[in-house]
Amino acid sequence: MNGSRAASVTVPWRFPSLRIEGFPWTPAIIICVIAFAAIFADVLAPYNPEIGVLGDRFRPPAWQAGGSEAHLLGTDHVGRDVLSRLIFGARVSMVVGFTAVIVAGLIGTTLGILSGYLGGWVDQVIMRVTDTWLALPALTFAIFLAAVVGPSMWNIVIILAAVYWTRYARVIRGEVLSLRERDYVRLAIVAGCSKKTIMRRHILPNVLNSAIVLGTLMLGIVIVTEAALSFLGVGVPPPKPAWGLMLADGKKGLMAGYWWLTVLPGLCIMFMVLSANLLGDWLRVKLDPQLRSL
Amino acid sequence: MTALLEVSGLSTQYVGARGTRVTRAVDDVSFTLETGKTLGIVGESGSGKTTLALTLMRLLPPGARIASGSMRFEGEELLDKSDAEMRAIRGKRMAMILQDPMASLNPLFTVGDQIAETLRAHEGMPRRGAWTRARELLASVNIAAPERRVSEYPHELSGGMRQRVVGAIAIACGPRLLIADEPTTSLDVTIQAQYLKLLRDIQREHGLAMIFITHNLGIVARMCDHVAVMYAGRLVEAGPVRTIFDAPAHPYTRALIESIPRFGDTTTRLTAIDGQPPDPAALPPGCAFHPRCPLVIERCRAEAPPETRVAAQHRARCWLAAEAPVRLTKR
Repeated sequence: MNGSRAASVTVPWRFPSLRIEGFPWTPAIIICVIAFAAIFADVLAPYNPEIGVLGDRFRPPAWQAGGSEAHLLGTDHVGRDVLSRLIFGARVSMVVGFTAVIVAGLIGTTLGILSGYLGGWVDQVIMRVTDTWLALPALTFAIFLAAVVGPSMWNIVIILAAVYWTRYARVIRGEVLSLRERDYVRLAIVAGCSKKTIMRRHILPNVLNSAIVLGTLMLGIVIVTEAALSFLGVGVPPPKPAWGLMLADGKKGLMAGYWWLTVLPGLCIMFMVLSANLLGDWLRVKLDPQLRSL
Repeated sequence: MTALLEVSGLSTQYVGARGTRVTRAVDDVSFTLETGKTLGIVGESGSGKTTLALTLMRLLPPGARIASGSMRFEGEELLDKSDAEMRAIRGKRMAMILQDPMASLNPLFTVGDQIAETLRAHEGMPRRGAWTRARELLASVNIAAPERRVSEYPHELSGGMRQRVVGAIAIACGPRLLIADEPTTSLDVTIQAQYLKLLRDIQREHGLAMIFITHNLGIVARMCDHVAVMYAGRLVEAGPVRTIFDAPAHPYTRALIESIPRFGDTTTRLTAIDGQPPDPAALPPGCAFHPRCPLVIERCRAEAPPETRVAAQHRARCWLAAEAPVRLTKR
């Protein structure tokens, strides 16, 4: 109504934007640190992660009363150095987590695209198998497989991939069903492209976003399942250090106040999964030409 | 001159899941199309227009089959072609423009990539050559700065430009026939006019024949040389545009023309066609239009009328067509 009123308008406080602007440095650095630890574990770790000194059981981290410089992050129930185990555990978690997610993604995405695009009996066969697969409880199924093939790190990768590819197949098929009705896919058909070309050129690039986002979410599930398997004794066989296994082992000491045995590997898992999610989100934006220019 | 496309007695049926229900979507359709001419196919929703277009491209969904007839394109019988041969024809000698040209581009690839795709599939052009050609094609559909536009993504282009790109893809391999299936229904009126002009220009420049499927008689009057009216899967009337508009022989065509609002005419009420288009799975006996026809006679209920020649190029399926066609008031 008058000038002074307009001048007094202030911009209300808003929650800081969650939109990704620029490269996500924090998650990238976290992933790099974990990867660095995994690669150079032998040099970095101060102790052997698999052999403990029973006299040094349940030492708290260095900054707590009773802690010592010798074991920066304390020791566990058999006197093994927690820091060393975390460093070596990064290797197992990285390899198991990423490989299982990628293998499951490759199988699931391929089958999902074939099923969704070709339809007919191919779709029927793949989807009925997927349904049956999904009806089996994931963990029970994984335990069964582990019991059959025996526990080892690479077997765990194969088992996790075999259990979780169905998630991808389902989601990707749904996506493809809507994509195949898009006009640009029809235009490609009308322009005389073969089914192979259409699946490769038009369907795959358009489902890649979903596959990547799903992959970053699956990473968390896979690492936690790996932990559960370890806890049940059919995962990465002890004494090999895995974050999930450490978490499970430390549970017993939680009530007695030995918090570092669960909190520290838990934090490691959280940071890795969170970083992978944020990086995945950034990648998703980068892959979409419409969002790229924002 | 022999016709570019000769369709005779073409019938397409949709067969139900257990083979019990047969729907005749296209029934005994015949027409010819010469190079450089435009044929408009008009009809209500569900009259079989789109099925006819898909039949011509041999792109029918599963469950539909071509029951009889022949389609000769440049002297070759399309029904005898294998799937691979048809794929080589589609996009190269026969192109199609879809209902929504705005949604016909893949958002993940540059414009140049998408034009090049067709060229590479059909001409086996190397990547570089295809891109050069893509630039020329963009220039030929009046896109300014084609060097820049060719490496842009669809979302960076305006709606009008995207349509032009779709046009460029359609003519990329120099087709002889362009099928446009309701290309303007999803566009607003001003853009419609531009797009129609573009299509006309493309047609004139490349001398291609066009089949224009629409339910808009106004567009037919502006775009087409010949018009074919479809009702319940049959061509009820076909002929040159002027003849059909001036002296329609079939009561359905007459009703369609009378149901167009006339600009500036405030005296006559707009007439609508009573009733619903018939369910193609359960057509009435005799002439499919007889339940809605104002001039129905006893014979219409029992027997379907054959195709009757009204004039030189004017045919109609009506028992009354043999009599002198009713002249409509000149507009």
